[in-house]
Amino acid sequence: MFKILKKEELSEVITLFEIDANHIAKKAKPGNFFILKIHEEGERIPLTIADFDRDKGTITSVFQKVGKTTYHLGTLNEGDYLSDVIGPLGNPSHIENFGKVVCVGGGVGIAPVYPITKALKEAGNKIISIIGARSKDLLFWEDKMRNVSDELIVTTDDGSYGRKGVVTIPLEEILKEDQGRATKKHVPSFEDREVVQEPNVNLIVAIGPPIMMKFVCKTTEKYNVKTIVSLNSIMVDGTGMCGACRVEVGGETKFACVDGPEFDGHKVDFDLLMKRLQMYLVEEKVAMDMYSGKV
Amino acid sequence: MEEQEEKKEQKKKIKIKMREQSPLERIKNFNEVPHGYSPEEAVEEASRCLSCKRPTCVDYCPVEVDIPRFLKLVKEGKFLEAAYKVKETNALPAVCGRVCPQEVQCESGCIVGKKGEPVAVGNLERFVADYEAEKGEMMIPEKPKPTGRKIAVIGSGPGGLTCAADLAMSGHQVTLFEALHKAGGVLIYGIPEFRLPKRIVAREVEYIEKMGVELVVNAVIGKLFTIDELLNDNGYDACFICIGAGLPMFMGIPGENLNGVYSANEFLTRANLMKSYLFPNYDTPIKKGRRVAVVGGGNVAMDAARIAMRLGAEKVYLIYRRSEAEMPARKAEVHHAHEEGIEFLLLTNPIKYIDDGKGNVCGVECVKMELGEPDESGRRKPVVIKGSEFQMEIDIAIPALGTRANPLLTKTMADLKLNKRGYIIAEEATGMTSKRGVFAGGDIVTGAATVISAMGAGRKAARAINEYLKWKYWDVSNLAKAI
Ligand SMILES: Cc1cc2nc3c(=O)[nH]c(=O)nc-3n(C[C@H](O)[C@H](O)[C@H](O)COP(=O)(O)OP(=O)(O)OC[C@H]3O[C@@H](n4cnc5c(N)ncnc54)[C@H](O)[C@@H]3O)c2cc1C
Ligand code: SF4
Ligand code: FES
Repeated sequence: MFKILKKEELSEVITLFEIDANHIAKKAKPGNFFILKIHEEGERIPLTIADFDRDKGTITSVFQKVGKTTYHLGTLNEGDYLSDVIGPLGNPSHIENFGKVVCVGGGVGIAPVYPITKALKEAGNKIISIIGARSKDLLFWEDKMRNVSDELIVTTDDGSYGRKGVVTIPLEEILKEDQGRATKKHVPSFEDREVVQEPNVNLIVAIGPPIMMKFVCKTTEKYNVKTIVSLNSIMVDGTGMCGACRVEVGGETKFACVDGPEFDGHKVDFDLLMKRLQMYLVEEKVAMDMYSGKV
Repeated sequence: MEEQEEKKEQKKKIKIKMREQSPLERIKNFNEVPHGYSPEEAVEEASRCLSCKRPTCVDYCPVEVDIPRFLKLVKEGKFLEAAYKVKETNALPAVCGRVCPQEVQCESGCIVGKKGEPVAVGNLERFVADYEAEKGEMMIPEKPKPTGRKIAVIGSGPGGLTCAADLAMSGHQVTLFEALHKAGGVLIYGIPEFRLPKRIVAREVEYIEKMGVELVVNAVIGKLFTIDELLNDNGYDACFICIGAGLPMFMGIPGENLNGVYSANEFLTRANLMKSYLFPNYDTPIKKGRRVAVVGGGNVAMDAARIAMRLGAEKVYLIYRRSEAEMPARKAEVHHAHEEGIEFLLLTNPIKYIDDGKGNVCGVECVKMELGEPDESGRRKPVVIKGSEFQMEIDIAIPALGTRANPLLTKTMADLKLNKRGYIIAEEATGMTSKRGVFAGGDIVTGAATVISAMGAGRKAARAINEYLKWKYWDVSNLAKAI
């Protein structure tokens, strides 16, 4: 049994839990995820470890209420218990000093991008972060992200906060400017010298809805900048045993839980990922209807 | 009069069948198929045993159950004693009675079987174990004097359970680590309820806990702790790795990632471990196909096909590239599958899954095969018949093509020798590996095998661990030859 030590409503549909899981916290690294099951009849769902505290022995999880399990999860309170918490799973993010990195978090994806951004910052990278949401009230952790970024850009689809539009717009501007500078680099004039020393964007980390990751990758491909995405496929065991989490990367089948969850975004078949995520739409609706009828 | 004698004689040649649910009834539920023997039936069946002086059946039992003695006790109606007798050598008789391939083990060695059907050892083993569970108090052996030694057993399948039980009996402090949220390994996630009710597995696990074994579920070793951490930082004196052969294999044919194509492992895990046949009362969904194709001829394929049937499929095909004689599944299960209306497409192999345009499987293209020359395994190798392609409409496909070694744990152990296919190299008689203090056994050493062979490996390792704790002697020069 794993106790929920803290609960915070980040928005109407996004909730944060701090869970007592000492051994997992000791081993967790940015990029890892865990699996939880609420009770005997529950399903196993993967969630990213959005933060961890080795001293306190806690892991932080941020989830969006989308179906029966996450709605049920949202009704739990501080002091309640989860029957099963399994982790840390998946490969941790590759952290080193790449120079300049753009970290993109969309929607609830801001949570998993945070620990990676933090680690990249600590490794000495210059960080530009872009966080986006549909509207202002779905946005969270702006301050946390600002604390670990050199520059933070906020977008909302409806323009209720920050820049109006999707995350790929500022991303493309950054890359364009970068490229402009890169071309200039070969013929540096006196005035340009300062700017030339500015490192180019060497890496992009993007986590969010698959459609966002797909368009981020389309954008960055044009500029030939390596892009890491984290895939949230359907999982059961999370240890390579079932293959529910199959994704295609560079034309090869990979298991997201053990080969990922992070992959080179330019090689990921996002359309397949999106189709596989819809496999249980009908069943999810049945479960949700029954659940809302019950409550 | 003479006729009657003859009838009696005749009768003795055939074993007493277990009463079971009729096929039409049972394909609508997940309850166990056979009902088991009544006490009278058990006595009668046991009476067929000749109490041989040199019992050949025992030679064929991987754990050498004292079969004539236990059958004699059944004959005398001493069912509890019979159960204890079996338990002296087999920690999980209720399980083995149900899932052992007796036709190639004990029953294949039975003398009575030379002239008729062999004594139904498996059915009787099941009977006494169930009798004990129902009638007897669970006999908890007296706790031995603690030795103060700590041992970690990784994986709670039949091999891990047996090893943990044996080590606890020797007085060691045993922790059993399991990656999933429930103990039992394949017994809990793979073999379905109608073949091995989960309450039986739960009972065995409870027994082992009562013996003092500490069970830690949700512990993925290699992630949560490494073996080195267990040995060096957590005070364990030795480890037994028995993590099964977990990774599902696919054929690498087009369309395998379409929605509706499940690895057998996934399909079984959803159905058994997650109880998705009770959806929506249990939260884990499973696709209930209308027309289901299962690919393979082993126990796993049979189990998947029979689950699909019970989930309500109109048609379940079992596609197998050889003929029925080569099927590695337990004969009883092949028979049950036939009875339940599963259609066998033998000498057939899928070459492609067909997309409905929306990412779901809607058909399978197959080719016909014929048997050619025998291959390394001695089985005749299937070869494709040119131009024999044909298509079938399906909405669920379940490739059950076997498993590979899961590298999750072994890749964290640079000093552990693996073979080319990623299985752990371990000495057969002891389970000793190339790493001091680390023993291994079961499917992760042999590749996918049987419940009883994993149990045998668990027992041998427990014995070897006891020796190791005494002498701290580690000589694996034999292993070098194995490599
Ligand atoms: C569907 C199916 C039907 C079968 N039917 C039969 C049958 O009728 N008769 C028969 O004799 N055999 C049958 N078998 C084969 C038999 O079940 C196996 O050979 C046997 O279970 C192997 O036992 P094991 O202890 O080696 O491993 P397993 O039973 O596979 O158990 C391994 C355990 O280790 C756990 N584990 C894995 N990695 C880790 C880790 N890193 N940390 C912690 N825990 C870990 C797993 O979760 C699992 O619980 C069947 C197999 C399947 C899949
Ligand atoms: S353990 Fe298996 S092989 Fe041995 S006697 Fe029992 S059923 Fe037969
Ligand atoms: S979730 Fe089962 S293999 Fe990845």
